[in-house]
Amino acid sequence: MKSLAIAFMFVLFVLHQDFWLKDNGTLVMGILPASLAYHMAFTFLAAIGWYFMVRFAWPHFSEDDEEEGVES
Amino acid sequence: MTQTIIVIIYLFLLLGLGYLSGRLFRGNSNDFFVASRSIGPVVLFMSIFGTTMTAFAMVGSTGESFRVGIATYGKIASSSALIHSACFFMIGLPLWALGKRNGFHTQIEFFRSRFESSKMGYLLFPILVGLIIPYLLVGLMGAGSVMQGVTRGAFPELFTSTGGAVPPWLTALVISGVVLYYIFAGGVRSAAWANTFQTVVFIIMGFIAFVTISSKLGGMEVASKMADTAKTIRSGNITELQFFSYCLIPLSVGMFPHLFQNCLTAKSAKSFKLTLIAHPIAIMLTWIPCILIGLWATGAVMPDGITPVIPEGASPNAVLGMMVGKLTTPIIGGLVTAGILAAVMSSLDSQFVAVGTMFTKDIVVHSFGAKRFSEKQLVMLARGFICLIVLVTYLFTLAEPRQVFSLGIWCFSGFAGLFPLVFAAIYWKRATKAGAYAGIIGGTLMWIVLFQASGFGADKEYSIGGTMPVVPIFFTCAISLIVVSLFTSAPSQSTLDKFFTKKA
Repeated sequence: MKSLAIAFMFVLFVLHQDFWLKDNGTLVMGILPASLAYHMAFTFLAAIGWYFMVRFAWPHFSEDDEEEGVES
Repeated sequence: MTQTIIVIIYLFLLLGLGYLSGRLFRGNSNDFFVASRSIGPVVLFMSIFGTTMTAFAMVGSTGESFRVGIATYGKIASSSALIHSACFFMIGLPLWALGKRNGFHTQIEFFRSRFESSKMGYLLFPILVGLIIPYLLVGLMGAGSVMQGVTRGAFPELFTSTGGAVPPWLTALVISGVVLYYIFAGGVRSAAWANTFQTVVFIIMGFIAFVTISSKLGGMEVASKMADTAKTIRSGNITELQFFSYCLIPLSVGMFPHLFQNCLTAKSAKSFKLTLIAHPIAIMLTWIPCILIGLWATGAVMPDGITPVIPEGASPNAVLGMMVGKLTTPIIGGLVTAGILAAVMSSLDSQFVAVGTMFTKDIVVHSFGAKRFSEKQLVMLARGFICLIVLVTYLFTLAEPRQVFSLGIWCFSGFAGLFPLVFAAIYWKRATKAGAYAGIIGGTLMWIVLFQASGFGADKEYSIGGTMPVVPIFFTCAISLIVVSLFTSAPSQSTLDKFFTKKA
């Protein structure tokens, strides 16, 4: 799962370059230009990608590091 | 007048918050500088997000969307959604662990220790402070532009030279004073609390502005149909190479001194989890309303159906202020202005604390020894230096203004250009002291040369071989660091043990 999560992040990086929409001025739902709507969806996918990274690729920390500081 | 009163009430609320957090201040430098490493996930997220979103994200994004269209979101915001969290994950987390283990308070302490060079701090300090000044300037200029836009005509006798609007110099002076008060009251803890409060304020107010303006324009569909169609596409507004090279700019968060300090305040590694996931969504919630308001501004007309809301030749910095001032009621205008000032101040506070910390820890204590000063004197020294930097920045605001977005990009390009330094310090054992010096000097010289060639940010279309200037700056730093490291002696075993033995 860790490899899959990391691979997903790389795929997202490639998908960011939405050259196929560069001339598309269609208004999605009559409001959002196509490229803007695409990048909003991309932002959601980035958040999902980071959820998977946190869930499956969280780094190991020593017990000393994990010890919490003073309560705020 | 109403707008000004609402803004004044908001500023008093912040002063009250500063007073409250000041009462919790423990009076020692560890609490002033890193809040005793006690900040939990929610405040950490709000604090980091509030710090990264400044006038650049609201005033700058609206102005840039008005100027070059919706590509503004893709070129900087959606890439930041991916890359900012990557920086927190790959840089912030290891730095937090190393900082906690070794008692670092600043980036410079980390680099000095990692690269076994005391003098490196004296080279990095002026560079980092020098790059923060344009960032502070972006905030003060943005705040001034918006306040001027929404208060136009409110004080015709008092401010004749600005058409009755609150002049930018006054806005900059007042918000600097408010931020100084609350960070002096409680240091980075105050900044974290104020950021949390202000982040909520600017997201809500941004949404209110968006709804009100779209309603005034006849609804979102009508507003989008009125917009200049040339600004609804990428072609003609940005090249593919420029769009791609913009991806390097969000790496700047890996080198921001204030974010380094924010990361050190975390109570535990787990505190970062919420930040990683929620940061992209929060970016979208902040940027989309501004991008659409900027797009709508390209075709928006007043209720008479003829007069454009944004007169021809208007500065992009003024677009958000004008849209809010002309298309909302005075009360909503005041609330939205308070929200925009919140975005500005939520960055200024962390930046002020960071420069004060660096001066105290990296220059004064490092040069004269910690025992020479009492805890109280250290805090006083930090405050004194912060005042000096605020004064210098304030004087810059009186000079010829630049576009907020353009100046922000130059500032971020400088920090992003130095990203290879922090990445190599954490992940490449073979990175050496000489390599680090070469990277810092190479990257910084390239930034200075290009910034000067662009007329200090005046040429908004400046590029190198079709790419953004960040590309040559980044690769100069990276190549210098790699090549010189490979030809010089590796760091000592004790340093490698300190930084690489424990998995971070």
